[in-house]
Amino acid sequence: MGQTITVTVNGTAHTAEVDPRTLLVHFLREQLTLTGTHIGCDTSTCGCCTVHLDGEPVLSCSVLAVQADGCAVRTVEGLAEGGELHPIQQAFHENHGLQCGFCTPGMMMTGLGVIEQNPNAADEEIREALEGNLCRCTGYQNIVAAVRSAADQMARS
Amino acid sequence: MATVERKTGGGIGEAVLRKEDRKFVTGEGRYVDDLRLPGMLHAVFVRSPFGHARITGIDTAAAEALPGVHRVLTHATLPAETGVLCASNPPGSDVRQPEQPLLARDEVRYVGEPVAIVIADDRYLARDGADLVHVDYDPLPVVCDAEAALADGAPLVHSEYPDNAAATLFHETDGFAEALAGAARTVELRVVNQRVTPMPMETRGCIGDWQQSTGEVTLHTSTQVAHFVRTFISFVCGTSEAKVRVVTPDVGGGFGAKLNTYREEFAVCSASRVLGVPVKWIEDRSENAVATIHGRDQIQYYTAGVDESGRIVALKLEAFQNNGAYHQLLTPTISHLTVFMVPGCYDIQNISIRMRQAFTNTTPTDAYRGAGRPEATHGIERLMDAIADDLGLDPAEVRRVNFIKPEQFPYSSSTGLVYDSGDYDTTLDEALRLADYAGFAARRAASEANGRYRGIGLSTYVEVCGLAPSAVTAAIGVGAPGWEHSTVRLHPTGKATVITGTSPHGQGHATSWSQIVQTELGVPFEDVEVIHGDTAFQPYGLGTYGSRSLAVGGVALYRSLGKVREKAREIAANLLECSVDDLEWTGSSWQVKGSPDRAKTIQELAGAAWAASSMPEGVEPVLEATTFHDPPNFTFPFGTHVCEVEIDPDTGRVEIVNYTAVDDCGNVINPMIVDGQVHGGIIQGLGQALYEETVYGEDGQMLTPTLVEYLVPSAADVPPMTLARTTTPSPSNPMGVKGIGEAGTIAASAAIVNAAVDALSGLGVRHLEMPMQPARIWNVIQEATS
Ligand code: FES
Ligand code: FES
Repeated sequence: MGQTITVTVNGTAHTAEVDPRTLLVHFLREQLTLTGTHIGCDTSTCGCCTVHLDGEPVLSCSVLAVQADGCAVRTVEGLAEGGELHPIQQAFHENHGLQCGFCTPGMMMTGLGVIEQNPNAADEEIREALEGNLCRCTGYQNIVAAVRSAADQMARS
Repeated sequence: MATVERKTGGGIGEAVLRKEDRKFVTGEGRYVDDLRLPGMLHAVFVRSPFGHARITGIDTAAAEALPGVHRVLTHATLPAETGVLCASNPPGSDVRQPEQPLLARDEVRYVGEPVAIVIADDRYLARDGADLVHVDYDPLPVVCDAEAALADGAPLVHSEYPDNAAATLFHETDGFAEALAGAARTVELRVVNQRVTPMPMETRGCIGDWQQSTGEVTLHTSTQVAHFVRTFISFVCGTSEAKVRVVTPDVGGGFGAKLNTYREEFAVCSASRVLGVPVKWIEDRSENAVATIHGRDQIQYYTAGVDESGRIVALKLEAFQNNGAYHQLLTPTISHLTVFMVPGCYDIQNISIRMRQAFTNTTPTDAYRGAGRPEATHGIERLMDAIADDLGLDPAEVRRVNFIKPEQFPYSSSTGLVYDSGDYDTTLDEALRLADYAGFAARRAASEANGRYRGIGLSTYVEVCGLAPSAVTAAIGVGAPGWEHSTVRLHPTGKATVITGTSPHGQGHATSWSQIVQTELGVPFEDVEVIHGDTAFQPYGLGTYGSRSLAVGGVALYRSLGKVREKAREIAANLLECSVDDLEWTGSSWQVKGSPDRAKTIQELAGAAWAASSMPEGVEPVLEATTFHDPPNFTFPFGTHVCEVEIDPDTGRVEIVNYTAVDDCGNVINPMIVDGQVHGGIIQGLGQALYEETVYGEDGQMLTPTLVEYLVPSAADVPPMTLARTTTPSPSNPMGVKGIGEAGTIAASAAIVNAAVDALSGLGVRHLEMPMQPARIWNVIQEATS
């Protein structure tokens, strides 16, 4: 039987009926058609599905939609404001931090989480923090550079 | 490396930021799982849990009774004209082509082979339905290893054949036996190039949409080769190729895994035909581990006859390639590419190669980044170090004495290729300098003082890419040509649309192709749109694989731009009332020589060609040109990678402390994109060297079915890298370009393993197999020191 939940996604409250077994990632993608959050595995190992839940990065494939009832979710679609890219998005672009783009939303959400928790994170700490987000294209050099540069940019502004 | 200044917009040679990025960083990328069609249902496949078994019954009643499940199809009820087709028949190889039905008929031959397809309202319900499909199996004996499969008495993968031989390639030069017999000494080495899984972050997926009224079918699929898929759908589903449209949405990485035509792509089309609505299938990751092709899996036995300087006077390779249970699109060709590249960048005139391909109870192998060439490079580069070790020589010197010299190009190899251009000493010198090879001994001493082993390793590689001259693909038994298509269309406003037959999935073709247009035609970067991957919009395109996109597709574009420019010249001459010979090209306009005030920009000429009111005699309206470019030869990028490692004796962990790559891919369109390809390529090679291995148990079970067991490198695993380039233009094409997509992967594994062997050489270690996971290395150290 369905269960009614209210989740605030990127600032907009959505009330919907969900099957209790529905994963948050499927709720976002299928019910809200926010397809920027991707699915790359079925063992909570790839990080493609990372979103922020009440300000903390979480794997949305490991959270039930009903667990997000009453919470605030931020996805990649909520980063840019008024057509202006968020510094993390701009940094991924300027540092060639993406190739196929599939890992990118999750990578940016994790990267943003790192910056918000520790604006002065050293490269080594950034690498460790990104460990749960896999990218098969870039070899990570430019991803680490992008997170670093976004951190610097955000510290300046 | 010294960072090149990055720019927004620009021409050939500039580090231009990618125009693709914005949609991906905002979440507007559209991958196949993001598409939803009206009335669409969802498919889940029921797959074999056995490596080999006879199917004695399939009961679908419980699944079909489940609310939300629409249909369960099996081999008996899913329409198909034929099974999956293999396009590779190497001549003289006695290749066998077993039938690969879309769904297993009465036997399954590997874990994951599809048996039934369940179609339901959503994927949760389809999964519930799949759990209720009851299949009765009688298990049969399995064999998973290529050598074991070819031994007498091995269980048969296909009982219609007397043995498990899939194909055998043999090549030997005249006088080989005498040359080997006359060698001062011989060096032998066994090398295992283990099975790995491509693992693009986006798994495969597709949506079949069969229109009942017209018989038209559209397949949206995550592929590198839309046109191949279309041609094969017409065969497999028994319809006109003209009624089939294949659309490639954004593709989340491929690495060869999507250079194929798979059962599921045909099955969703046929299922849609049966059900009358679109049918979507998205592969799970653990399904991807068994249902999508694997790479490598080759065992090599080298015998090198050498003189006292380390020069190879004769080289023999006996190899075993594991093809898996069936032949996918190009399976038998992959180890054929190994055969071609066995000599590497060395002048080895006497050669003997036997490549025995075997059927086993495993997922089929096929192209994975490098496709046959990493196997050749890893082997010959390990062999170079073994020779150096045997003779007590510096590995760099052994390479030098064997190198093909710059004056030998174009160079005819003993395996039948003609290398276009190269300067191997220069990349080696540059890499040794950047890596401070001369200062290594001091660094080793410092590490040893800290109780750690330190080693340095080289990989001097050459690869064949730019696939391919069509006469060659035909001659080596590949049932597809190697040309590429481009169309350049100038709109009345002077903006440009490029339609390309290449099919990028991360390579940034929209950006690089726009740079080429800006330089060659003067249409600004931002005024160019690039269309790819939709068979409805393009003439036939061969797609993106084998580092071919720039060297073949980019050159096709370059030639179309030249045609447009020349047509514009005729129109300009007519408008300016002069002869074409009076005009000169300024980069963006035709002007009367020496008279800048008498000129027509390309935009003005596009408008005039569209208006067509003042056209020269016999010239058709509109500035548009198409080229089908068939290259006269392959291209041969090369380079030297140097890796330095430290090994912790307590844990066995191999830590890469420095990695230097000097690559030569000819002329470069966008250095930022090239560096990105090199980074990613090296890390895939590093993954194979250190972590990745696809493992089957004795019983045929897949022991590495998820990213928990199958270790892909993460950001925490990647070393600092120094990248540099030399530039030796290719004479095979007018742009002088070669290709870079696979170079890093081809080069890296040997450099890393050579470094680790060097680190442990003081313990008497002569060889290490991949992946060099800590436990393996720790055991080696224990054995060597106890
Ligand atoms: S989809 Fe892989 S961690 Fe969530
Ligand atoms: S950019 Fe392709 S997986 Fe990261």
